[in-house]
Amino acid sequence: MARVELQSVTKSFGQITAVKKADVVFEEGSFTTLLGPSGCGKTTILRMIAGLEAPSAGDILIGGRRINDLPIHKRNLGLVFQNYALFPHKTIGQNIAFGLKYRGVPKAEARDKVRQALEIVRLPGVEDRYPTQLSGGQQQRIALARAIVIEPDVLLLDEPLSALDANLREEMRVELKSIQHRIGVTSIFVTHDQSEALAMSDRIVVMSAGEVQQEGAPEEVYNTPATEFVARFLGAANLFDARVTAADDRLVELETAAFGRLTLPRDRAARLGDAGPARLVVRAEKLALSEAAAPPGTVSAAATVAAVDYQGQLARYFLQIGDSQAQAIQMIDGRPYPEGAEVTVSLRPEDCTALPPASPDGESGPTGR
Amino acid sequence: MRAWSWIRAYSVAVYLFMFAPVAVVLLLAFNSSQFSGFPIEGFSLRWFRRLFENEAIMRAFETSITLGLLTSVCATTLGILASLALVRYRFPGKDWITTLLISPVLVPETVLAVGLLIFLRYLSMPRSFLLLLLGHSIIALPFVVLVVQARLVGIRRDYEEAARSLGAGPFETFLQITLPLLLPAVFAGALFAFTISFDNITATIFWRPAGVETVPTQIFGMLRNSVSPEINALGFVMIVVTVGLPLTAGGLARYFARRRQ
Ligand SMILES: Nc1ncnc2c1ncn2[C@@H]1O[C@H](COP(=O)(O)OP(=O)(O)OP(=O)(O)O)[C@@H](O)[C@H]1O
Ligand SMILES: [Mg+2]
Repeated sequence: MARVELQSVTKSFGQITAVKKADVVFEEGSFTTLLGPSGCGKTTILRMIAGLEAPSAGDILIGGRRINDLPIHKRNLGLVFQNYALFPHKTIGQNIAFGLKYRGVPKAEARDKVRQALEIVRLPGVEDRYPTQLSGGQQQRIALARAIVIEPDVLLLDEPLSALDANLREEMRVELKSIQHRIGVTSIFVTHDQSEALAMSDRIVVMSAGEVQQEGAPEEVYNTPATEFVARFLGAANLFDARVTAADDRLVELETAAFGRLTLPRDRAARLGDAGPARLVVRAEKLALSEAAAPPGTVSAAATVAAVDYQGQLARYFLQIGDSQAQAIQMIDGRPYPEGAEVTVSLRPEDCTALPPASPDGESGPTGR
Repeated sequence: MRAWSWIRAYSVAVYLFMFAPVAVVLLLAFNSSQFSGFPIEGFSLRWFRRLFENEAIMRAFETSITLGLLTSVCATTLGILASLALVRYRFPGKDWITTLLISPVLVPETVLAVGLLIFLRYLSMPRSFLLLLLGHSIIALPFVVLVVQARLVGIRRDYEEAARSLGAGPFETFLQITLPLLLPAVFAGALFAFTISFDNITATIFWRPAGVETVPTQIFGMLRNSVSPEINALGFVMIVVTVGLPLTAGGLARYFARRRQ
């Protein structure tokens, strides 16, 4: 177990800069997720920590030791791949024992360790089978067993669940997290699936185009996104144009076209100045729809339901609020509002976040899902 | 419909024409007649007996098999190394080196043979068994490279990377992971190399040192005097070696693959 530290790590492939000056700390024993869209450099970071790629600049520290020049096989890391990468010509037992051989573990002891590892991943007694004789989910458990049996300093997982089907993926996600918790190994998990990241992580590092956008606990990243990109990438978010009209240390007052004036606590608008344009971020599930007047303590606007996406206990509404469009997700009791219904949308200012508008050169990023 | 039956008849005729000589050799090898030719007078193994009593032929056999095995070892080793470099590493001039390695297939053998001889003359080295081995290895190398490369491309790097991360050094990783996964291609390449060397005559005639005969050059020499029935028996043995060996190996490979499942 060890703490991993990236110190302004940059990686270029010819013209492409895959990772730009990343400064990240992965705390000892924590489960940290690198989250971001395809091609944002997550795998590249993982491969640099593993020693499969060399950084173009910057340092990587594991347990306080600079390991830039340490070859892979001396780093003592557990690696789990998307496609499992179990050695097809070796039995499950031989696969798991592979790393023990190079650690001078005697045969009998290795057998015990293999058995223990198989118990941890809840697949006892499959030592003599070949990888092709197991299902995808089972193979992924074996890959995990092979990585943890060597008691690695760090466990690196590159989209380990993405090749599994949806049900199995959710089951494995709980299990993976509980195994990690039990053995307490520092884990770095790569995914582009935001719900996976929110469900499993102690900390999330959101990346876009090679740059770290935000780092924090899941609720922190979800509730107080630091950039428009983060707001859009995690969950469904609405962004409204706004303007700061008054501000002090405790409160920030904003003027919006749709909702008029509203006042946010300072920590919800930490990155805003005392004047100028801003963006108001409202999560889709924080927009409340009703036919009655808005409850006290909220700001509201009249809206028209443009479309409804019915999802059982939930409904997603596409709304027209004046000139702007918005999405709202609501629990349904009874029947959903029909298309064309006139409703009142309301929101509590303390549920919103305000950001400075995105700079024109970047951060436009992919839109939320 | 008519067009199709024409094509079918035509195909059958072509294949008959191609395989008839082989069949003739196989048949006549067992003919008891003094003369190599039809009609077949009776079944006999006397030409095989004569073959095994013929010291020159037995010596040629020994030479061919030794040469074939050594060529196989050299070409396969070099082929694996070259394929690893070409598939797993990036370096300047890679395309040129690929072309160069494959070129012995494209260049007419006579040109290759004369070229190597002139080169040796330039170095003032005499013709030797070593030269013959070197030459055969050059001719067989492209086949090994092509077969091994094709397989290596299909072996995902994940396996090697997983092995490295578990603590295996580069050489251990090759021995434990890459080579075993490559083995079918290595076998195929080695067989190719052996049969190519065993069959070769054009280049061998140029390169062999005085007094050294391989089976093909021996047959060629014997044919200049007369077509002895012994040659049919010899042909039979050669066909068995060059066709039977790969077939047996393939069958064995399938058998073991099935047992693994
Ligand atoms: N070996 C390489 N050679 C050249 N470019 C590379 C190489 N590896 C990665 N890249 C580039 O670096 C960028 C980041 O790639 P990376 O694999 O880290 O993305 P990722 O975030 O893991 O994406 P995904 O979710 O699709 O796996 C991409 O633009 C990619 O094209
Ligand atoms: Mg990736």
